[in-house]
Amino acid sequence: MAAIDITHLCRLAQLALDENETRAVEGDLERIIRMVDQMQAIDTTGIEPLAHPVAGTQRLRPDEITETVDRERFQSIAPAVEDGLYLVPRVVE
Amino acid sequence: MSTPDAFAPIAELARGLRARAFSSRELTRYFLDRISRYDGALNSFISVTEARALAQADAADRRLQEGQVTALTGIPIAHKDLFCTAGVATTCGSRMLERFVAPYDATVVARLDAAGAVTLGKTNMDEFAMGSSNENSYFGAVGNPWNPALVPGGSSGGSAAAVAAGLTPVATGTDTGGSIRQPAAFCGLSGIKPTYGRISRYGMVAFASSLDQAGVFGHGVDDLALMLAFMSGFDPRDSTSSEQPDAWLAGAANSPVGVPERAPVIGLPREYFDGLRVGGAALDAARRSLEAAGCQFREIRLPHSAMAIPAYYIIAGAEASTNLSRYDGVRFGHRCENPKNLEDLYRRSRTEGFGMEVKRRILTGTYALSVGYFDAYYVKAQQLRRLIQNDFLAAFAEVDVILTPTAPGVAFPKGDLTDDPIAMYQQDIFTVPASLAGLPALSLPCGFHEGLPLGLQLIGPHFGERALLETGALYQRDTDWHRRHPEGFAA
Repeated sequence: MAAIDITHLCRLAQLALDENETRAVEGDLERIIRMVDQMQAIDTTGIEPLAHPVAGTQRLRPDEITETVDRERFQSIAPAVEDGLYLVPRVVE
Repeated sequence: MSTPDAFAPIAELARGLRARAFSSRELTRYFLDRISRYDGALNSFISVTEARALAQADAADRRLQEGQVTALTGIPIAHKDLFCTAGVATTCGSRMLERFVAPYDATVVARLDAAGAVTLGKTNMDEFAMGSSNENSYFGAVGNPWNPALVPGGSSGGSAAAVAAGLTPVATGTDTGGSIRQPAAFCGLSGIKPTYGRISRYGMVAFASSLDQAGVFGHGVDDLALMLAFMSGFDPRDSTSSEQPDAWLAGAANSPVGVPERAPVIGLPREYFDGLRVGGAALDAARRSLEAAGCQFREIRLPHSAMAIPAYYIIAGAEASTNLSRYDGVRFGHRCENPKNLEDLYRRSRTEGFGMEVKRRILTGTYALSVGYFDAYYVKAQQLRRLIQNDFLAAFAEVDVILTPTAPGVAFPKGDLTDDPIAMYQQDIFTVPASLAGLPALSLPCGFHEGLPLGLQLIGPHFGERALLETGALYQRDTDWHRRHPEGFAA
């Protein structure tokens, strides 16, 4: 098992942990990865990965308009909006 | 009004409504009163929607007057707080969604509303359905009605506790790796997770999309089948919804589940019984009861069973880390105060909004999907998922259904496993394989260990709900475990 770089994982997942949490999660994750490493004992050469439990292709639907954008309704649950736009901190100075 | 029985099957309550023994408003009031009387000690509801319930009950009473009824008209139910309900908060047990009110109804909610059911409220759950004890809820742990110091199981622990205490006749749940079956076992209930694709996932807050499936808790299999008759069926709004019709299941709305025409051949997988410490005697007794009813038993092998927990925690973690990336503090959900910049907005909103177990799962999934580990973990887990499914497909060439324990033990004390995620994950050891394979599975009460309920699990082939429910009906015809209720919740 390779060392787990919690700081890197937190950056990828956009999470922040304090020092105590980092230590605890590091220990937990090491144990979780050690547990899942049992998988490596089984030879899976040539086995097709199963992404979806029930066979079948995704169906296509007729090219008809069935939904309309109801911006006001969807934005009514947003934390901060103005003039139909979602507000975030300034990105470009 | 004659007093209803809080533990009665739906069909009996429906007869009471049609015979005017009580109105839907009286029946709804009766369960609302039970919730206010008993739920303080259990915490099984996150929100109780009294005004809405009484309005639905009045509408049901009008339809009863007009004779325009379904098998659910006027019957109180509750929804796991993971199904979106327009106008009512859907928290998913998380601070992230504490104030989230969905702008639309989940298909399950819409269908049950249309059938005339009355929604009493939304039930407690592990945050984002991640947990096996309901202790990961932002809204507090739930007590098991058989002993409130013990957990009800999870993640649908609130729904299980509410039905077991007679606070609602039935409740919806969802099951990703055992979240209906394990709490059903811990609370002495019947609970079913149908085939993946049987019930629309539209409007269910996503955890692991290739595994999540809606289902239901009740006392006996008749109520499960009746609810499934309304909940299941094709939905164009869910791209994984099955188009396979089931006339038998649709008919279960109006007639009780019969016993099978031909007694089924039942497989006992050795991997599930080797080393079982609790419940062996109850499972032996269940086997004898089914044998007396004509069933044949055959030992079978599911050789990759031990790989199910490792594969599951990679696949579910990977899918969760992807699904939960949508929570960014911008469009809906929790947003931190005074973000300094965009990065700070994302990071603090997520850090404040998610609890520890959710963070652990996101980080596990992030690890499995990150550069250099993708093939070793994610692809490997999907290959094992194939082998696990192949094990089941081979077994179903020999047997009609498979019987196993539902959980490795009975309900445990709150706090016992909270510091040990690996031990907590082992709770799912018998339920996760059917989830990975997308198979329907049913948990039925089958006895007690030191005063606490035990469950047996029946697993069927894809779209084999009929075989499961009829085998369950055969078992419940000859046993009365599903009619045992915890003390202290009398009318």
